[in-house]
Amino acid sequence: MSNIQKHIPLPSDDLETETVTLNLGPTHPATHGIFQNVIEMDGERILSGVSTIGYIHRAFEKIAEHRAFYQITPLTDRMNYCSSPINNMGWHTTVEKLLGIKTPKRVDYLRIIIMELARIADHVVCTSVLAVDAGALTGFLYVMQQREKIYEIWQEICGSRLTTNIGRIGGFERNWPDISFQKLEIFLDGFPKAFAEFEKLLTNNRIFMDRTRNVGPVTPEFAMQYGFTGPNLRATGIDYDVRVANPYSSYEDFDFEIPVGTKGDTYDRFRVRNEEVWQSVNIIKQALQKMPDTDEFTADVPDYVLPPKEEVYNNMEALIYQFKIIMGEVPVPVGEVYHSVEGGNGELGFYLISDGGRKPYRLHFRRPCFIYYQAYTEMVKGCLLSDAIVILSSMNVIAGELDA
Amino acid sequence: MSDQNIIDSPVRKPTLAAPPEGVEGEGFFATRLDQVVGLARKYSLWPLPFATSCCGIEFMSLMSPHFDFARFGCERMSFSPRQADMLMVMGTIAKKMGPILKQVYEQMAEPRWVLSVGACACSGGIFDTYSVLQGIDQIIPVDVYVPGCPPRPEQIIDGVMMIQQLAENEGLRRRNSPKYKALLESYGIKILNG
Amino acid sequence: MAEITNQVILDNLTAQFGEIAHSLNEPWGPMSIRIPPEKNVEVIQFLRDDAGLQFSFLTTLCGVHYPERKEKFDIVYHLHSWVNSIRLRIKCSVAGEPPHVQSLVSVFKCANWMERETYDFFGIIFDGHPNLKRILNVDDMTIFPMRKEYPLEDNTRIDKDDTMFGRDENPFYQHLR
Repeated sequence: MSNIQKHIPLPSDDLETETVTLNLGPTHPATHGIFQNVIEMDGERILSGVSTIGYIHRAFEKIAEHRAFYQITPLTDRMNYCSSPINNMGWHTTVEKLLGIKTPKRVDYLRIIIMELARIADHVVCTSVLAVDAGALTGFLYVMQQREKIYEIWQEICGSRLTTNIGRIGGFERNWPDISFQKLEIFLDGFPKAFAEFEKLLTNNRIFMDRTRNVGPVTPEFAMQYGFTGPNLRATGIDYDVRVANPYSSYEDFDFEIPVGTKGDTYDRFRVRNEEVWQSVNIIKQALQKMPDTDEFTADVPDYVLPPKEEVYNNMEALIYQFKIIMGEVPVPVGEVYHSVEGGNGELGFYLISDGGRKPYRLHFRRPCFIYYQAYTEMVKGCLLSDAIVILSSMNVIAGELDA
Repeated sequence: MSDQNIIDSPVRKPTLAAPPEGVEGEGFFATRLDQVVGLARKYSLWPLPFATSCCGIEFMSLMSPHFDFARFGCERMSFSPRQADMLMVMGTIAKKMGPILKQVYEQMAEPRWVLSVGACACSGGIFDTYSVLQGIDQIIPVDVYVPGCPPRPEQIIDGVMMIQQLAENEGLRRRNSPKYKALLESYGIKILNG
Repeated sequence: MAEITNQVILDNLTAQFGEIAHSLNEPWGPMSIRIPPEKNVEVIQFLRDDAGLQFSFLTTLCGVHYPERKEKFDIVYHLHSWVNSIRLRIKCSVAGEPPHVQSLVSVFKCANWMERETYDFFGIIFDGHPNLKRILNVDDMTIFPMRKEYPLEDNTRIDKDDTMFGRDENPFYQHLR
């Protein structure tokens, strides 16, 4: 219950009181994505709500049963499209777990750089859009400029800005060009100053703090019951991070902190995301320092990794491997694997049941947004309408991941 | 912003747009009404960003200072269909969303243009499934298609410039013509006032 | 923060519930146990509340369709104990048309939407669920689309020619379907 304003009692014999039903969405500027909330309000205060989702249901799990493993990567892009490289890497690491492929350290460190850049991009958009919903547009404009720089780095590596389809099962499709490292260095020089400016606008800003402190507080027990993960959970005080709990892709070699909040309100979620951005910058710097000096960009498993095209056209063995991999004649074990990575919103899990064929028998995505968005109608009970908008922004609900 | 040096960047003189054909004199310019109206509409299209998925993020990049959508007159995004000129459908439209898109389109006042951004809005994109509408032209008439997955902001600007061309050269009576009415009839879209 | 092993979990479970089908050393991931569907709420509640095990987080819940088996549907629960840093996979097989199983909402509130999704995709009825209706598909859909007998594409669409996609009667393209 927000302490900002006490409910004004109306004289009981004077006015008829009845509740107002308000339809928030699915096309609404403040819901970033299409989902609908029908809320019942008593004046300006919300009594209850019903969520409807599925307006962008694209049947990912059904599509995945009809596509080969390497064809599912562009599909995973489009789940959490603000940080698509993390989804890609999550899928690749899942398939590598199934096939028993061990990637060399250089590939792991390159993957970590990509994933942390994606995490920066995702968090930075979420926090700046939270500010936009509270009325402060300037931060968003500053921050999108930095996101353009991240797009440029991804473009040099994989050719695409947003839905990257970056990497392949076993590593990367080609070695990173030198210019991508140069752009990365320039980014690491310029980003901290720009992001510090953005933080200075809002972190100790009286108006922003009034809008976000004690708005939508979440207790740790509530968060665990409702399956919260990611920054929303860490804002409540629980320091569960998949990168530390079940390290993948050599995250155990890196030294970073997990920022946690105390009350789990909107302000804490905002601060936790910003702190995670600083930690990500730190991790990228460490990865660049620790990068091994070799030139390898993929694991040495010719059974699963496509050979370079020059060899396919000139070498019989490479041609045979190319044919076998594309046509699905490679040995795929029968079994099931569950692997999760720390996405922008929390634990992004992949449950893969393989029947030995070219396509998965069943692929289930554990989508963090879908699981914690259930709690939204509970969290806004008793809040004002403008608080409800700010809570929705701070939860970082991405429609692609919600409906999959 | 702290990383850009404003003092030393070159200042370019803006290029003026070419005026329509007409008679110019001391303090007046005479031309055809539809050309003046076309000019006014062209440079002040207010978009309704119907952003559903990934293409919506490219639209956010388009609004950012790097690509600057506002210089095309689209400074004010109108989220209310009653006040918008151009419906930009960006992202996948599922069958559940179809009736809502149609309702939004019906609420827009004439003249209205529709820009279908992204492969999903044009034809269903990579999602050839039971739950995705295979192109928004199944339910509303579309003026310009912008392919891509997602299209770069420059491509979306290209699409908007094509809509600007359409807006500039459209006759004043087009929206009342029988051909246009037949088009709306074929989609089952009700025409409100004559 | 003790690290417990799969054997410890199995011992606790057999002590409480008797013999349980399991596969102890999964090469890739958590231990899988198979329990009868009537006991799902009991077992998961025990796992959550037991002081030694503390499986206090439901990671995910999904369904799988096996059309050739007698028990056509599997419901798979993934649990995670943060305190002991260990995961567990629980499977229940259900038969019947429509198959029924008890809802987990009383134990973990996040199972609410996950069960609705499983119902939407497979038609598995969760008894005791407060609001079991479709969540992702359109409300008036009559089929359960993730079942293996239904195709991926909408066969009534007119703008795509299936022969161009290799999806036709030609058996040569069978393995690409």
